[in-house]
Amino acid sequence: MRVPILKQENFLIASVQSALSDVEWERLRDDLADQVGRHRSYGVIVDISALDVLDSFATRTLRSIAYILSLRGAKTVVVGMQPDVAYSMVRLGLSLEHIETGLDLEDGLMILRESLKGGAGPV
Amino acid sequence: MPALSEERRLPIDSEGDIITARQIGREMASRLGFSMSDLTLIATAISEVTRNIVDHAGRGEIDLRVCENGKLQGICIAAHDDGPGIEDVELAMQDGYSSRDGLGLGLPGSRRIMDEFVIESERGKGTNIVMKKWKP
Amino acid sequence: MARGTTSGTPNNITKELVANFKRERDRLRQQWVAQMTANNLLAGLTQEEIESEFATIYDTCVGCLETGSYEGAEKYALRMAERGVLRGMTTEQIIGGLLVLRDVYGRALFSWFQKDMAKLNKALDAYEPMANRILAIVSMAFIKEREQVVRQQQEAIRELSTPVLQVRDRMLILPIIGMIDSMRARQLMEQLLVSIRDNRAKVVILDVTGVPAVDSRVANHILQTVDAARLMGAATIVTGMSPEVAQALVAIGVDVVRFNTVGNLQGGIEEADRILGYKVIANLE
Repeated sequence: MRVPILKQENFLIASVQSALSDVEWERLRDDLADQVGRHRSYGVIVDISALDVLDSFATRTLRSIAYILSLRGAKTVVVGMQPDVAYSMVRLGLSLEHIETGLDLEDGLMILRESLKGGAGPV
Repeated sequence: MPALSEERRLPIDSEGDIITARQIGREMASRLGFSMSDLTLIATAISEVTRNIVDHAGRGEIDLRVCENGKLQGICIAAHDDGPGIEDVELAMQDGYSSRDGLGLGLPGSRRIMDEFVIESERGKGTNIVMKKWKP
Repeated sequence: MARGTTSGTPNNITKELVANFKRERDRLRQQWVAQMTANNLLAGLTQEEIESEFATIYDTCVGCLETGSYEGAEKYALRMAERGVLRGMTTEQIIGGLLVLRDVYGRALFSWFQKDMAKLNKALDAYEPMANRILAIVSMAFIKEREQVVRQQQEAIRELSTPVLQVRDRMLILPIIGMIDSMRARQLMEQLLVSIRDNRAKVVILDVTGVPAVDSRVANHILQTVDAARLMGAATIVTGMSPEVAQALVAIGVDVVRFNTVGNLQGGIEEADRILGYKVIANLE
């Protein structure tokens, strides 16, 4: 299943709706890298509230998504991580260092708008 | 409660099987009465050892079953492959080590979140991992 | 030898014992009450309670002897344990009561069979295991009941001591009071994370004013809590760290830079207000 990517304001929103296989994670990464340029987006929200597991591969891919998008000029906010998933990640020793996180979609949009306001132009 | 004899043997041939394995493991652990956060820990650990099979051996199998130790009841997960094996198991189990790329927290992380974790591997002779989580 | 047909088999001696106990019920009850009173074990009980208590204990013991089944004793013990503990009857009173009864029974056995040593021995063979088993059953029931009460109290304390308070919209305070062990730390973390999601909290203040000491395990749990909250999108501020705790953390080499700490709770709330963009203005009208 391809992760749907929606455009809102100057941002892209990717809602992960079910567990993704490795190939699907990689496709999400490639799709975002592509569309950020096409829509000239300043920010991307990845909503993972539907995920009940985030293992080391998914974490690694999320990190590479954020790094690639930042090289393409967009800021990434990961939103909606479930309590059990957060707990499991810290127990496993995984982190999303240097990546912005938000409670939900609304919070993510607020974070992106704030950073647009604060910074000089695009992030 | 699942019968003590409940056991699922799953062939792991591709990375799509990773999701199936952790879902079946989560369901089995859920029937055993594990808490929500323990279910997530168990599913994550299954994900890691299964990925290890796919990444390093290409194919193998996962065996999920209910186990008992005195009064304790828990889930036992055995991963087996006939892949190239791991040259230095101790090194591979250190945080941050990965022969392929990046993070390398999968196996050492799994050892941290499970109650028991045994890994046996030899160059050219495949890898066996047995891990257990007991219900508190 | 066919069991139960010849005189002197355990079965027959048991029958005889049971018959004797039933016949001498009143006399033995008086002895029991007298000894209990002498040992001051009946304090706080009414005459009625004493009567019914004795009747139940007595009949239960004779019943066990007669049927060889201890189900009745187990039910009785469970009831006693629950009732006794609730009513504030001491373990000493209950166990003491049983010990006295055992003595009364024992003396009665001697008085009945003292002229026939062989028979006395057989009677004791039949009686002693029953008496010991009932004592064991009642003692175990009491220990279990006490353990149950202790567990419930621990649970209650645990719940009482970790409230998650919403101060303002999107701000939570988690005051931690008392010692934290690993299990409590884990519960605390799970509770906090769920509260973050349910309240859509953006900032969490972890107030450790009431924590006398931490070891490296607990410090690690707190750090993990901070990390997990951040993964969910909430910032954590730690307040009220005592000089002892601060020194201990540095001494054991905890990565203190990862803590966003503010001296006291008030400062923590001000910092949280700042993060959330609130401004508190005094109404001076």
